Amino acid sequence: MAEGTFGNPEIVEEEVDLLLIGGGMACCGAAYEMMRWIEGTDLKVKLIDKAAMDRSGAVAQGLSAINTYLGDNDPADYARMVANDLMGITRDDLVYDLGRYVDDSVHLFEEWGLPIWKTDENGGRHDGSKKDLPSLKDGGKPVRSGKWQIMINGESYKWIVAEAAKKALGSENIQERVFIVKLINDKNDAKRVSGAIGFSVREHKIHVYKFKACLLAAGGCVNLFRPRSVGEGTGRAWYPVWNAGSTYAMAAEAGAELTMMENRFVPARFKDGYGPVGAWFLLFKAKATNAIGENYMVRNKDMLKDYPPYGLAAVPASCLRNHLMMHEMKEGRGPIYMDTPTALGALAETMSKKEIKHLEAEAWEDFLDMCIGQAGVWAGENIEPEKKASELMPTEPYLLGSHSGCCGIWVSGPTDLGAPKEWSWGYRSMTTINGLFTAGDGVGASGHKFSSGSHAEGRIAAKAMVKYVIDNKDWKPELDTPVDELVKEIYTPVKTFLEHKDYSTAIDVNPHYITPKMLQFRLQKIMDEYCAGVATWYQTNAHMLKVCEEKLEMLKEDSLKMRAKDLHELLRAWENYHRIITAEAHMKHIQFREESRYPGFYYRKDFDFVDEENWKCFVNSTYDKKTQKWSLKKVPHVDLVAKAK
Amino acid sequence: MPTFVRTEKCDGCKGQDKTACMYICPHNLMKLDKDGSETGHAMKAYNQEPEQCWECYSCVKICPQNAIEARHYADVVPLGASVQPLRGSDSIMWTIKFRNGNMKRFKFPIRTTPEGSIVPYAGKPKVTIADIDKPGLFDTEKEFKCDKSQLICLK
Repeated sequence: MAEGTFGNPEIVEEEVDLLLIGGGMACCGAAYEMMRWIEGTDLKVKLIDKAAMDRSGAVAQGLSAINTYLGDNDPADYARMVANDLMGITRDDLVYDLGRYVDDSVHLFEEWGLPIWKTDENGGRHDGSKKDLPSLKDGGKPVRSGKWQIMINGESYKWIVAEAAKKALGSENIQERVFIVKLINDKNDAKRVSGAIGFSVREHKIHVYKFKACLLAAGGCVNLFRPRSVGEGTGRAWYPVWNAGSTYAMAAEAGAELTMMENRFVPARFKDGYGPVGAWFLLFKAKATNAIGENYMVRNKDMLKDYPPYGLAAVPASCLRNHLMMHEMKEGRGPIYMDTPTALGALAETMSKKEIKHLEAEAWEDFLDMCIGQAGVWAGENIEPEKKASELMPTEPYLLGSHSGCCGIWVSGPTDLGAPKEWSWGYRSMTTINGLFTAGDGVGASGHKFSSGSHAEGRIAAKAMVKYVIDNKDWKPELDTPVDELVKEIYTPVKTFLEHKDYSTAIDVNPHYITPKMLQFRLQKIMDEYCAGVATWYQTNAHMLKVCEEKLEMLKEDSLKMRAKDLHELLRAWENYHRIITAEAHMKHIQFREESRYPGFYYRKDFDFVDEENWKCFVNSTYDKKTQKWSLKKVPHVDLVAKAK
Repeated sequence: MPTFVRTEKCDGCKGQDKTACMYICPHNLMKLDKDGSETGHAMKAYNQEPEQCWECYSCVKICPQNAIEARHYADVVPLGASVQPLRGSDSIMWTIKFRNGNMKRFKFPIRTTPEGSIVPYAGKPKVTIADIDKPGLFDTEKEFKCDKSQLICLK
């Protein structure tokens, strides 16, 4: 075929055995595990990343800590912590399983060159460039900022992990700058996926892949709510702005069961830059206070008693910490501050000048390794943390399954931990759709995996995928929709633009189409105002959700009229389509769950309590792409390790 | 804090089809204006959607000409400050200039091995498909040191 043009792209079809969609920590882990298992076989693999693996995914910018490293802790304790932080409703089987594998990924990172802070025999701490201390694997002691977290010099974290994955895969098996936008079910089995379609953002090419199994691990969802900053600062989301809900939307459209899509994460972070607070709380022992210097966790501690047992744990659930913070703001005692001067002052009391200098560097590195924008806010506002406290603020809501959130896809778990038989249907990490696997932000009802856990979870999934492919060796994928029909659908925004662009003299104002940017603004406005965004202090009710539902339906209809004036805008158009489907799932789940399970993250004001008797259960949903209807149901929850009651 | 490209420093990566910043940007923001029709500066890169910039600095760190900097987002941050890195092979140097003129400099390690030196499976156990039903990942212990007595549903 002749070279494609904007209006008439070239179609490239390819068949592989295993397809990896995404290039973040989960897919890098999957690639590393998978390629070892299939050495010497003729199985074909391809990884598709919409960006460049060296800097794609949530770890693109780097990190200053690895938040999941078990060390001497038992996985049962890890499962307990995760469950409490997520208000009791998590899959212990998935969390426990990840807990027993995760350290191996961290050991690999160190071996590959990631600098990990160490504690020497006298308790002194050293950054990761000090080479005479033993590695973690050989008994080296990390610098713990908390029970589960270890400090790193992680500017090049993703670069390093990607190098190993890329080498394992081989460059011929990697396709960067192709955005997969749809999975395709099998012609002979609607409960199976057999293909994926996407487009290049660099060339006029549409890529169609057929496969036996695929790992869908394309991150969480950001910017489905109106962010607090709406000018240039729109991009300064806490989680990466390129996480567009593609994982949830594509899985839902393929028929996979989602779980806990009502869950969200509203991190309390340094205001405007959204810099990390973990090291300040845990490593530097700083306190957060209201405007008059009171520790609101102490002042409001009785409020925690409303939420047993989750509020009464040594570390109360994250949402409840927000709940207490927002109480102060609503009562008129804001702003909230992280008291950095007192914390650094206390630490400096017993330190030499050189040690104090090092401490200052550590405080700045925490931002520079993972949230440079916050360093920019401090520099612009003349904030030196040893002299001036910094404001904290709860952000706009985010949907994710790997950090302190647990929305995602319902997957098959391990069989050796005593889980109900309904939680496992043969292939670990497979969704309810045959051949479709997920990891990282994709796996729901777990959470607190973070970077290392997502890598480990990708590895767990990869091994099961290899097994699935071997077991289905003679099966041939057949797409349930003709390729030309799929191409037509994917390029609709381009056709719409080309057909109507000359109708008006202003390219962005035209009754025949909507720009992806305006569509995103509309989505954000609807979600913010009706689905418990910052505009209503995260509050909603059945009436507001009804309005939300109607407005989202019209938005979804109008999404068919998005325009794309170039490939970049086609990328944005499809990202926003994925955001709408994800937002719809979030809204439907909040509507279904008649309680306020996550006070501080969202409130159903018509059911403003945690209802352990009726709602200590998972909520799962499926989407029918033909009728565009959602079905929701309760799924019983079971503890596999004993929890506080 | 969107990134911007210094006109006098950018060389469009010497006329290659794509620039280093285009290659690396996770959000597809950097674009080479080949004929100058979009910016008035032919063969220079620019940030085509600054309000979508995560400020991850991937483009700043990779630019071979050090032509990319960040201007803190105008709707949030007072003018006059800058945060600029110089990324080497084993460490990164940061220069922070405050609005009031104060300066701070920091240097942090980024990697303990030479770039490109990873040999993914060196010293790792070999596995074959015949082992795939065994528990564990290819290089982990097959039996974990977990306290399985804590699994209350395990009979």
